[in-house]
Amino acid sequence: MNAVWAMARRDLLLALRRQSEVLTALFFFVIVCSLFPLGIGPEPALLRKIAPGVLWVAALLATLLGLPRLFAADHQDGTLEQMALSPSSLGLLVAGKVLAHWLVSGLPLVLLAPVLGIQFDLAPDALLVLVIALLLGTPLLSLIGAIGAALTLGVRGGGVLLALLVLPLYVPALIFGAGAVEAHIAGMAYAGHLSLLGAMLAVAVFFAPWATTAALRIALES
Amino acid sequence: MHWNSVGEFFAMGGRAFYVWGSFGACALLMAVEPILAQRRARAVRDTLRREKLADELDRTLDRSPG
Amino acid sequence: MNPSTRTPTAHPLSRWLFHYASPPVFYPLAGRLMPWFWALAALFGVAGLYVSFFVAPTDAVQGEAYRIIFVHVPASWMSMFIYLVMAFWAAVGLVFNTRLSGMMAQALAPTGALMAVLSLWTGSLWGKPMWGTWWVWDARLTSELILAFLYIGFIALQASIDDARRADKAGAILALVGVVNVPVIYFSVKWWNTLHQGASVSMTKSPSMAQTMLWGMLLMALCFWMYAIAVALTRVRAIILEREAATDWVKHALE
Repeated sequence: MNAVWAMARRDLLLALRRQSEVLTALFFFVIVCSLFPLGIGPEPALLRKIAPGVLWVAALLATLLGLPRLFAADHQDGTLEQMALSPSSLGLLVAGKVLAHWLVSGLPLVLLAPVLGIQFDLAPDALLVLVIALLLGTPLLSLIGAIGAALTLGVRGGGVLLALLVLPLYVPALIFGAGAVEAHIAGMAYAGHLSLLGAMLAVAVFFAPWATTAALRIALES
Repeated sequence: MHWNSVGEFFAMGGRAFYVWGSFGACALLMAVEPILAQRRARAVRDTLRREKLADELDRTLDRSPG
Repeated sequence: MNPSTRTPTAHPLSRWLFHYASPPVFYPLAGRLMPWFWALAALFGVAGLYVSFFVAPTDAVQGEAYRIIFVHVPASWMSMFIYLVMAFWAAVGLVFNTRLSGMMAQALAPTGALMAVLSLWTGSLWGKPMWGTWWVWDARLTSELILAFLYIGFIALQASIDDARRADKAGAILALVGVVNVPVIYFSVKWWNTLHQGASVSMTKSPSMAQTMLWGMLLMALCFWMYAIAVALTRVRAIILEREAATDWVKHALE
């Protein structure tokens, strides 16, 4: 487990030195959310209806923006090869990187979402459900996204190809994440949605680093 | 067999566009796909044959004394 | 490393499998098998079309437009089945490091994508007379759309990696991740659909199928299956030649 924390700490320190990249993704999230009312109209009832979906889709896209960064820098300067050769399990190191990625790219989205939710006239209790859903969902997005980032490492087409690969896999998280908030707004039970999100997260914590590691080894051996 | 005439068959109860649009698209794509695959196979074979001939030509030129 | 020399005292079945997993052996075999599959496809196609148009009765509710199911359902089934087979060969290639498995997965993908596209196209043409819109966000059609994206992603990934072996392995991981996610995606879309639309619009809930309708779908499905195998064999032969171009056996095979 030490390997996980050590790797996470290292990546966090590196991210702190490159704050602009992180902040750009956050501003992207804000801008995309603002585009929808501009495109659809400012009617509060309509905005309340589309808010969960819009916020979730914007979170997906903002996460995608940060994914190519996950392995690219380390791949370029050879650190990734060192990681693969190190005595620590590559899976644990990958988990550490994904954790750092989430802390830097995902958690800020979770914290920012209620503010943007207010723009869409969401009630406070709906905002709470939104935050919980994103709290469960954004790590899931980082974990699944890591697989895509590893598969497309150093490949032509980079970020767009990554999006194409990963977005279909994001659909269940989107459905249950936005669905939880929508269910709450409609006065229906939402615990089921959150449980399913949690279950998917639990499974991803185990399998995603494994798939990511396999993909990294493939990228490194060529 | 319940079509009273050829015309009725093609009309498909007024839904001709949808029914023949569907079956037609399938027939079209399932004819084009194998043709494209076959062309790809032929293109590879032609390229490789040409390279092989070029190789043999090179070798005979190398062997001959002038 | 030639797999057929690795296990000289292996079980006869695995020796037989490894023998045919070798491209120089499989190439002529595929060539000999192809015509048979085309013949079977034609046979099942004729039988299926006959049942579809001349045996299956007019539907009381949907009239003649329901006949679209005789291509829509087989296309859907094949799009799912081919994805499974593709993932299977990809996994075999990863585990046993056999080149041919990766080539087979690569050969299957375009056909699977075609089936998904046909399923969406025919589904749309079926939906218009039934529910008045060109697109219905029904659970099956929406899942089919996502499956199409999965196929396109697989093809795009392999197309953008120049090294064939890396493309095989990367595609394999993607296909395996995809195959695990397909049930999750289908379940989530189904759930999403019932929540948002109630149970009013459903392409799966057709009126009780007459026996003949099932026969029609089955025969057409078999036709599509034989077709898919025949096309995949054609394509894999091209891929084998492309990848094995530098080997001696290819040079001899062209004589």
